[in-house]
Amino acid sequence: VTVTWQNLADGLLLGSVYALMAVGIGLVFGVLRLVNFAYGQLVMAGAFALALASQWGWPAWAGIVLCFAVVLALSAAMEWVVFRPLRGHSPAVMLVATFAVAFLLQSIALLWFGSLGKIATSLTFLGRFWTIGGVDIRKIAIVAVIVAAACLLLLSVLLERTEIGLHMRAASMDFSTARMLGVRANRVISFAVLISGALAAVVAVMLTVQTPLVTPDFALRDTIVVLAGVVVGGLNRPIPATLGGFAIGFATGVLGGALPTDQSQYLPTFVFVAVILVLLVRPRGLFDFSRTVERV
Amino acid sequence: VRRLHLDEVIAPVALVVAAALLGTLVSISTQTYFTDTLVKVAIVVALYVFIGNSGVLSFGHISFVAVGAWTAGVLTVPPGEKPAIMPNLAGFLQHRHVDNVESLVLAAVVGGIAAFLVGIPLMRLSGLAAGIATFAVLEITHNLLQYQERIGPGLNAFSSVPETTGLRQAALGAVVCIVVAFLYARSRYGRLLRATREDDAAARAVGASVYRQRLVAFTASGFLAGLAGGLYVHLLPVQVNSVYLDLTFITLAMLVVGGATSLFGAVVGALAVSALDSWLSVAENGTSLLGWHVDLPSGSAEIVVGILMAAVLILRPSGLTGGRELRLRGVSWRGSASRAQG
Repeated sequence: VTVTWQNLADGLLLGSVYALMAVGIGLVFGVLRLVNFAYGQLVMAGAFALALASQWGWPAWAGIVLCFAVVLALSAAMEWVVFRPLRGHSPAVMLVATFAVAFLLQSIALLWFGSLGKIATSLTFLGRFWTIGGVDIRKIAIVAVIVAAACLLLLSVLLERTEIGLHMRAASMDFSTARMLGVRANRVISFAVLISGALAAVVAVMLTVQTPLVTPDFALRDTIVVLAGVVVGGLNRPIPATLGGFAIGFATGVLGGALPTDQSQYLPTFVFVAVILVLLVRPRGLFDFSRTVERV
Repeated sequence: VRRLHLDEVIAPVALVVAAALLGTLVSISTQTYFTDTLVKVAIVVALYVFIGNSGVLSFGHISFVAVGAWTAGVLTVPPGEKPAIMPNLAGFLQHRHVDNVESLVLAAVVGGIAAFLVGIPLMRLSGLAAGIATFAVLEITHNLLQYQERIGPGLNAFSSVPETTGLRQAALGAVVCIVVAFLYARSRYGRLLRATREDDAAARAVGASVYRQRLVAFTASGFLAGLAGGLYVHLLPVQVNSVYLDLTFITLAMLVVGGATSLFGAVVGALAVSALDSWLSVAENGTSLLGWHVDLPSGSAEIVVGILMAAVLILRPSGLTGGRELRLRGVSWRGSASRAQG
């Protein structure tokens, strides 16, 4: 197997996108203890918004605005209709519930747009190649890395330097104690859900550049892989979760390009076998070094 | 005190028999929905054996349904037609041929073995790690069955498998699953596993091995899932995507809607969601209800089922039956041990 610069660029692209999805999933998990399986459907909705905007002939910026508006509205609706009533249920019930929401949104998209999907064309210029030192790299790979780094930086400033960030960190450590100390639950949760939605919109923009054909199962496979990556990294803290998402995206991106077809078709098998092995060795996550065992 | 609540098995079996009898009254084209429903009952009961008794979520059981379907399918396609749909089949499978009943038994056995082998490492996990790891099993199985053409049709459908799963075979299969699930749940193993579900630490303290009990249940439910897969491949031309995410979703929905912690709940959920789903599928082609003409756009069945499942989880997380068995007074049969003790 020879790994080219092109493969590494693809790996960085997918790693950056998955890292953002991992943060989006991790933020909501932090405050709600809820694994949002329907996260990919937020991305899918944003991608359809972009596709519709380009079909209507809107300029690229208007499409991106529409994408953010749709994804944020859907996130807010999800928090209002699903997450809020589910608060305090067992993690298993919440996971199955978001599984149901995921399928619901996917069936709505299927009914609305059909299984053939739509094509988002307004941002295709980002999918073209740049030749740097004899190496062809798609512009989106560079844009994705920069955007992801900027998002993560902004987010860490927000979490470390602002009051709402402090509240969010407190809430994800111990929600009930945080509430007793004056953290407003609904405000913190809504904020986390909206940021997570904004990240989903960013991901939608980057994924549609990579794959302009938007179908109802858009980002479904990515969500499954990211979820595995996030759990492998360690769900309960943001940095391990992000690292887990980046690692699985990078590995998938590099190997998917570098392996010959007769091997790369088994890539999901390799990736998920690795996921199982890591979970067996470190069930609480690869990057979680705290030791707490429930005592009776 | 040993008490065998026979009503706990009579009620679900009666529901299955009633559904099968109802199925004999309708047209042949509608009958397929009933047969399909009964196969779903078998799958959901298999899910119940593990998820219901252990309280651990598994997204991976449809793998064992798939393994069962592949086993029964590969062994019952007439040898003359194998090269057409499975050109790259391994040598030792090319000429093997078994009859209907043998194929179902083998499907169950292979499903059980697969679950046992997968369970040996995986049953150490619980919570989210278990959920993701079982999901990984589903992904791996799907990926391998899709591309490994030495053991099956790959992306082709099992088109020339004898269609032996009619109403009777499906009903018998579902009843077998219910009886096995009942006997398991009433056994020492089932009781110990439920003890670990209710209080892990207390169960350990009385000497129950959580790992061993979960492995027993996982194997038993893999066995039943394999049987259900065998029934499924004899019902319709199964294809790799028909034993993947959609089936995982709908069967988990059935289990949760009915009430995951009881056998009765599993059967009620499977029948209720199937009935709704089938009726909506019919309504997508236009039908009438109480004199009203109903014509739904295609795809609305999935939407309604999705809304229903989310609503049940939010409003009634323990399911329609509340996760309890149906107990009829007077039908319960007390063992001599309990009578002797008064």
